[in-house]
Amino acid sequence: MKQKITACTDWALERFPMSKLWNEHMAQYYAPKNFNFWYFFGSLALLMLVNQFVTGILLTMNYKPDAKLAFDSVEYIMRDVNWGWLVRYMHSTGASAFFILIYLHMFRGMMYGSYKKPRELVWIFGMLLFVCLMAEAFMGYLLPWGQMSYWGAQVIISLFSAIPVIGDELSLWIRGDYVISDATLNRFFAFHVIAVPLALIILVFLHIVALHEVGSNNPDGVEIKDSKDPWGKPVDGIPFHPYYTVKDIVGVGVFLIFFATVIFYMPEMGGYFLENANFIPADPLKTPEHIEPSWYFTPFYAILRAVPDKFAGVIAMGGSIVVLFLLPWLDRCEVKSIRYRGGIYKKALLAFVISFLALGYLGTQPATPTYTMMARVFTVIYFAFFLLMPIYTRWEKTKPVPKRVTDEPDAEDQYHAIVDAIEEMTTHEPLKTSWGTTAFPVTPNKEGIRHVTTRLAKKLKDSLD
Amino acid sequence: MKKIIQTLLLLLPLSSFASGGVALQSVDIDLEDFASIQKGAKHYVNYCLGCHSAKYMRYKRIAMDLEIDEDIVLAEIAPEGANIYDPMLTAMNEHDSKKWFGVNPPDLSLIARVRGGDWLYTYLKGFYSDPSKPLGSNNTVFKDVGMPNVLWQLQGIQTAKIVTVRGEDVITHLKTDGKGTLSRKEFDQMVTELVNFLVYVGEPVQLERQRLGKYVLFFLLIFTVIAYLLKKEYWKDIH
Repeated sequence: MKQKITACTDWALERFPMSKLWNEHMAQYYAPKNFNFWYFFGSLALLMLVNQFVTGILLTMNYKPDAKLAFDSVEYIMRDVNWGWLVRYMHSTGASAFFILIYLHMFRGMMYGSYKKPRELVWIFGMLLFVCLMAEAFMGYLLPWGQMSYWGAQVIISLFSAIPVIGDELSLWIRGDYVISDATLNRFFAFHVIAVPLALIILVFLHIVALHEVGSNNPDGVEIKDSKDPWGKPVDGIPFHPYYTVKDIVGVGVFLIFFATVIFYMPEMGGYFLENANFIPADPLKTPEHIEPSWYFTPFYAILRAVPDKFAGVIAMGGSIVVLFLLPWLDRCEVKSIRYRGGIYKKALLAFVISFLALGYLGTQPATPTYTMMARVFTVIYFAFFLLMPIYTRWEKTKPVPKRVTDEPDAEDQYHAIVDAIEEMTTHEPLKTSWGTTAFPVTPNKEGIRHVTTRLAKKLKDSLD
Repeated sequence: MKKIIQTLLLLLPLSSFASGGVALQSVDIDLEDFASIQKGAKHYVNYCLGCHSAKYMRYKRIAMDLEIDEDIVLAEIAPEGANIYDPMLTAMNEHDSKKWFGVNPPDLSLIARVRGGDWLYTYLKGFYSDPSKPLGSNNTVFKDVGMPNVLWQLQGIQTAKIVTVRGEDVITHLKTDGKGTLSRKEFDQMVTELVNFLVYVGEPVQLERQRLGKYVLFFLLIFTVIAYLLKKEYWKDIH
């Protein structure tokens, strides 16, 4: 029996390079040994992609892409299909979680210069993935056929009509009707469940192939292939499997705790993951008072609204994504990691993050004059970060980059540091209680708190230089 | 800087007025109180079902979720002649309702997920007499609402004390004529039961969801600890 199995596997292995693939991409793919917290989000994003595929397939088994039935079928899934509510919440929460992970993943790339030579293509494929993901989320959001689904899609598609000459025809062509209708719902369904997911899979494949060709970057921005041992293995590299597979599983555990907390205890996430107005069936005759896109689009939506002219606003919104594609060529600094880059880039990145978050908030709010003004300021900062980059990165005062990757305190060391800091901020004065026993109540120590906060502030300030 | 703060402080009371009228009263929702939800279901059939369906809800589901006998649901909750498998549909037809009220009364299956319990509670208690309206009443949180005050016999008729602030009419409080068949406390209780039912109907599975969540989180916690120990074991020799 055993021989037969071996014979079978041999037969297959002679015809398919299974072990070669496994070795090249897992067991003998060398990854830098100094990956930190920020390096979990790539594998977690992949997990979310799988989650969306599995739950999405289950949802299509009961969902009806028909303007008359769509809303009812979603409620049918929520109420009458066994475990339908769980599958639906996993899918809706998964969409938001996917964007959180992708934004953190992209920010990691910006911090450690993972888009720089020789990883430009990895970044480009990643950006294409991001654009596809936005299309996927946008079209998926129409499917529940609630008021916000309907009017959100109406607003966004009407943006195309701002394009001169062909605009009206183009938006008509996209909708397949003069307003969002059954025709639109059907084609969005087709794109959401077939076309875009296929593109996503192909791009994930290209993203990973391109990455494994050039090798992963790391928090020090050092090329591990530059220092190899006599056998040709990078000295600072470790096989992806088993080292990073077991490490990523820990990341999966921690992430799933957050993910499950949202699914089971706050699936609406205060109206951000599932909007209240979307529990009203779509009504083409009744415009809601306040139309806002899903939270993950709000930074770009705020940029759109910040520009007074509609067409210029559409250009700005598109431009805010296009500039991200150009990042590898806008950044002229030779040093990759933020650890060894000049203070000006650190401050610029901080300003960018603040403006991105602020735009995200402003996009959820009604456009009052004050908010519009603020959105304009942050839009300018957003674009300045990218467009002025060739200038300010050229004269950056960088620090010397080490030849090899450096050690970082691990989670347990950091834990001890935190315990020490708490110890310093509190005192345990012996206290005689009324019963004559001695207690050691924990009381805050003003002097200690002052020390710890000044140290922290100084460290923060130094880290920006 | 100081000037900016001063202006912001000045704007503060303005914005609280701008957000519109009455502050919402908070309702005490308890989805584990099956008796309260059951009474709420009864109130719903008595006072709401005449116009508003809850089409995603079946009488059977009420019996299952609230752990009551199907016969009791049919006898005490469901309207005369309803089948246990029937969804909670109104008997009023759309053509008539459009003629009578100008709009079709909305289905209320998901109303609690749209408005929230507090809003519903305040809304149901917020009707007051307004002779200028076709149906003779108006509402504090839903101005010019097309719905009449169906609970007036229980609550009595309320009148609003209106003060003009900066050219805008603001309702300060409502006063009842005290002719309702229920006392104030009983009425609040009854509305709470009704809202409790609506919150339950909005997502019947929520109790089950929260119960299950505990086990899932417990499992994930154990899983993460074991995964961490496994990682530590593998990474021992990496320096």
